[in-house]
Amino acid sequence: MSAWARFGRNRLAVLGLVVVVALALTAALAPWLAPHDPARQSLIEKRARPGAKYLLGADEFGRDILSRVMYGSRVALLVGVLSMLIAVAGGLLLGTLAGFVGGWLDAVLMRAVEMLLAFPYLLLALAIVAILGPGALNTTVAVGIWGMPAVARIVRGSVLALRETEYVAAARALGSPAAALLGRHILPNIVPGLIVYATLFMANAILLEAALSFLGLGVQPPTASWGLMVSTGRDVLLVAPHVATVPGLAIMLAVLAFNLVGDGLRDALDPRLRGSAS
Amino acid sequence: MPVLLGVVFIVMLTIDLLPGDAVTLMLGEHATKDAVATLRAHLGLDKPFAVRYVEYVGRLARGDLGRSIQQNRPVAAELADAWPATLELTVAALLIAAAVGVATGVVSAVWPNSVFDAIARIASLFGLSMPIFWTGLVFIVIFSLWLNWLPVGGAGSLTHLVLPAITLALPSVAMVARMTRSAVLDVLREDYVRTARAKGVGEPWVLAKHALRNAFIPIVTLLGLQSGQLMGGAVLTETVFAWPGLGRLMVKAIFARDYVLLQGAVLVFALAFVVINLLVDLSYGLLDPRVGRQG
Repeated sequence: MSAWARFGRNRLAVLGLVVVVALALTAALAPWLAPHDPARQSLIEKRARPGAKYLLGADEFGRDILSRVMYGSRVALLVGVLSMLIAVAGGLLLGTLAGFVGGWLDAVLMRAVEMLLAFPYLLLALAIVAILGPGALNTTVAVGIWGMPAVARIVRGSVLALRETEYVAAARALGSPAAALLGRHILPNIVPGLIVYATLFMANAILLEAALSFLGLGVQPPTASWGLMVSTGRDVLLVAPHVATVPGLAIMLAVLAFNLVGDGLRDALDPRLRGSAS
Repeated sequence: MPVLLGVVFIVMLTIDLLPGDAVTLMLGEHATKDAVATLRAHLGLDKPFAVRYVEYVGRLARGDLGRSIQQNRPVAAELADAWPATLELTVAALLIAAAVGVATGVVSAVWPNSVFDAIARIASLFGLSMPIFWTGLVFIVIFSLWLNWLPVGGAGSLTHLVLPAITLALPSVAMVARMTRSAVLDVLREDYVRTARAKGVGEPWVLAKHALRNAFIPIVTLLGLQSGQLMGGAVLTETVFAWPGLGRLMVKAIFARDYVLLQGAVLVFALAFVVINLLVDLSYGLLDPRVGRQG
């Protein structure tokens, strides 16, 4: 059975994929889908309860929460995708170097990776944001750097394992240069594992961006970011609980969807793991 | 020890590269050049990086962490005020994660694909996907606002601890439950379990004596890793529940560009992490007779 067929039989994973696609469409079409301007304030309608005009209510400044949640999906996905690319690119480079060159370089890189991995995720990202300063771009970089060590370790492990396989030894014996060995024989075999990791990483990246923005160290106002919306809603939690709780639902839905797709991909691409893991 | 020196080095270097400057923040944008220079000299910021690093480590060896810039109190005192609260919170969360997570995982593994297993697996997916700062707020709305059972925030009594500890524990409960399930399932397939069953050992005894004991090693490893995640999560939980711990102190230090305090807080977190890893390593010796103590 092909990987796609296996994925298709996993109902939860398909459901996750549907949500991910819907999320991407919402982000792309936000200006046309959103019922109101996400930045338009209406102070007489502040903290409006969910109703006919504002389906999910209005926030502290009378801005439509539904529209802001829709625009927020842009921030979440953009930060998620870009930081994922940073993590994968950086991790791929470091992991390949460590695994392929070996020796002292491997030792130094892997010791650094272990140190970074040992650090609790939020503290590492906090430290990076503390250095770079808050903001959407710096948050992306922080989340990306946070993801790098894990990718580097996965890539290094695969490179080491593949380097010893017979077909790589054969290609090497035939005199193929290092670049060809890597590009044609080693890297293509790493891709499935990386796709799984990248999908699960998206879930964590969205969580991390939201957490940093919640603390006031990530995306800055007035940009509509889910984490930031929860944070501003917190001030009026006891009078208007919907302001903080609705955007949080969006975070949970997005993270859940990426987790489901990632789990499904892992089971589909590596059937040996089925049953025992997850 | 080298890990700690490394952490201090990285933290100092990174803070050194900060665009924002504590001195301008303290004196305001319009401070005279003289005032800035005097304060910089007073804080020792005019010296080269290498000198400051050696000085800091030297003072560290004597237990002197410097004075915080904002409060002008000894950092050691500020940290001493804050860390018991964080310890209380993370230990409580770790206990919840271990108890609930292991119990759920074992039941799931003993009756795989049962209704309980299905519910537990879906619940753990949610547990991993919920942002804990949001879970905390939802709990406040439900248990403090609607039901009026528990306080909104702050610390002091056991009732104050309930919501923050459960909030912080949730993602870890989910991780531990997943891990326990797969570890116990793996062990239950082993030959020695079949042998034990074949020779008539009762099922509870098989579980307790053979399965759990062997499944404990990956579980303990995970719990060690989770305690690191809990410290990170404590930053969020403390912010949500106004819990007077290290995490909140650290966020305040970041906002105030109080690098002395920040260094101290990061150092305490790093130290805690080293100690936890040590405890995990030591526990292997107790759990698994194959792990020698000379290792």
